[in-house]
Amino acid sequence: MNLPKIKYSLNLSLTEKLLNFFLLLSGLAIFTIHFFKEMLVPPYEIEETKKQMYDFGLKSLPIVGTMGIIIGFVLALQSYFILEPFGATDFIPASVGISILREFAPILTALLFAGRVSSGIGAEIGSMKVTEQIDAMEVSGTNPFKFLVVTRVIATTFILPLLTIYVIFISLLGSFLALLIEEQMSLVYFFNSVTSYLDLSDISAGLIKTFFFGFIVGIVGAFQGYTTEGGTVGVGRSTTTSVVISSLFILFVDMILVKVSMML
Amino acid sequence: MDSILLNIENVSKNFDENQVLKNVSVNVYEGENLVVFGRSGTGKSVLLKLIVKLLEPNSGNIFYRNKNLNSLSAKEIAQIRKQIGFLFQSGALYDSMSVRENLSFPLKKIFNLSEKEIIEKINKTLELVGLVSAIDKMPAELSGGMRKRIALARTIITEPEIILYDEPTTGLDPITSKEISELILSLQHQLKMTSVVVTHDLICAEIIADRVIFLKDGEIYKEGLFDEIKQSNDLFIRNFFSAKILKDVGESDV
Repeated sequence: MNLPKIKYSLNLSLTEKLLNFFLLLSGLAIFTIHFFKEMLVPPYEIEETKKQMYDFGLKSLPIVGTMGIIIGFVLALQSYFILEPFGATDFIPASVGISILREFAPILTALLFAGRVSSGIGAEIGSMKVTEQIDAMEVSGTNPFKFLVVTRVIATTFILPLLTIYVIFISLLGSFLALLIEEQMSLVYFFNSVTSYLDLSDISAGLIKTFFFGFIVGIVGAFQGYTTEGGTVGVGRSTTTSVVISSLFILFVDMILVKVSMML
Repeated sequence: MDSILLNIENVSKNFDENQVLKNVSVNVYEGENLVVFGRSGTGKSVLLKLIVKLLEPNSGNIFYRNKNLNSLSAKEIAQIRKQIGFLFQSGALYDSMSVRENLSFPLKKIFNLSEKEIIEKINKTLELVGLVSAIDKMPAELSGGMRKRIALARTIITEPEIILYDEPTTGLDPITSKEISELILSLQHQLKMTSVVVTHDLICAEIIADRVIFLKDGEIYKEGLFDEIKQSNDLFIRNFFSAKILKDVGESDV
């Protein structure tokens, strides 16, 4: 796999910055194609993939859970203050539920996951690269791309949808708590109100895109780590760039997928 | 000396405009300890990386047991790499794994061994390098000398035919350097392995070397036994040896 070399310097002209951007995109495309080639060919590093899924999933639960309960609570509260003067508070559970399912839970979980996991993958693989640990793996007869990249990208792709489902439930709990405090709404009423307005397309529209987001988090972090150069400064750059690029890609892909889902 | 294990034939390597190796040819014989000397930047480490295909030569061929590495598939290269151990300058221990996991990693990848056999092999290898007590430590908890020993243990645990050492004593105090050099020699005798050692360390070279090649400006400048090279009247080599001795004396005084 021959990846284009990106020139890093403090004094780059606008043309060089643009060129770097296109080099990054082409490098990422080559890296992604190589990922699919390696993923399909045995041996499969199943144990390492399970370990990474466990790590990414379990360790992200507290932070995404905290975010979920706050988002649910705030959304319900904001809606309450808007709809309460019109006497339309009955619609809050459904509107909040749809917002959480279709957009808030998938996108916010993905962005938080990118901040935590994509940077972690970039830093880990990057420091392994500059300290010759990847070379050591290669000369010991192990394919480092399979062991480090394929395992992590598969893990992020499949763990993010599970985390999103968890966040959906936690956010709905947060919304219920807000409405319980403001409106003394019962759990049964809240549950019936949410489920009566939701259909399968709300659930699928939210969850399908999380597979794409999970893939972006993994592949961008791994790409940045694998192409790290320049010692510890390079590792720092890879860590930061992983978060920035994966977050931007997540937002961009979200925009496209929302548009596509509306056309279907 | 026995048969040729490794045959490097007219190998050149450039990095952009910079030619690091120029038509280097050298044979490595089975069972010998070959030391590669030279100033920094003369392509010593690059030569080792070319042997394990971490780098590709711009021209020339490298034969391992008469197989041309340039004409082998990735799968065949992976098979040959299993016969070659590589001790990196930094040790390159996997930071996220304990000593036990670092040692079991290549075993699990190369051999089909049971857990019991893996544990036995790890204990036996740690005994050889004198660090059984470090089995559950993380690399960050080890001193420089201990890291080298563990890296050496990870290299020999798969019982390769040949080990390539990239500056095995760099960054160590003179006493630890001597201990590591003696350990390398003793392991070579016990395990009957071939060694190629890239070093600046004269004491290390004197302990280990059967034969020495001296690289200058990417070319083989001199080749022979350690004592022959050391007693050479060539001004460049005399300067190298005297400068190194002065530096080593200076360092040990500090």
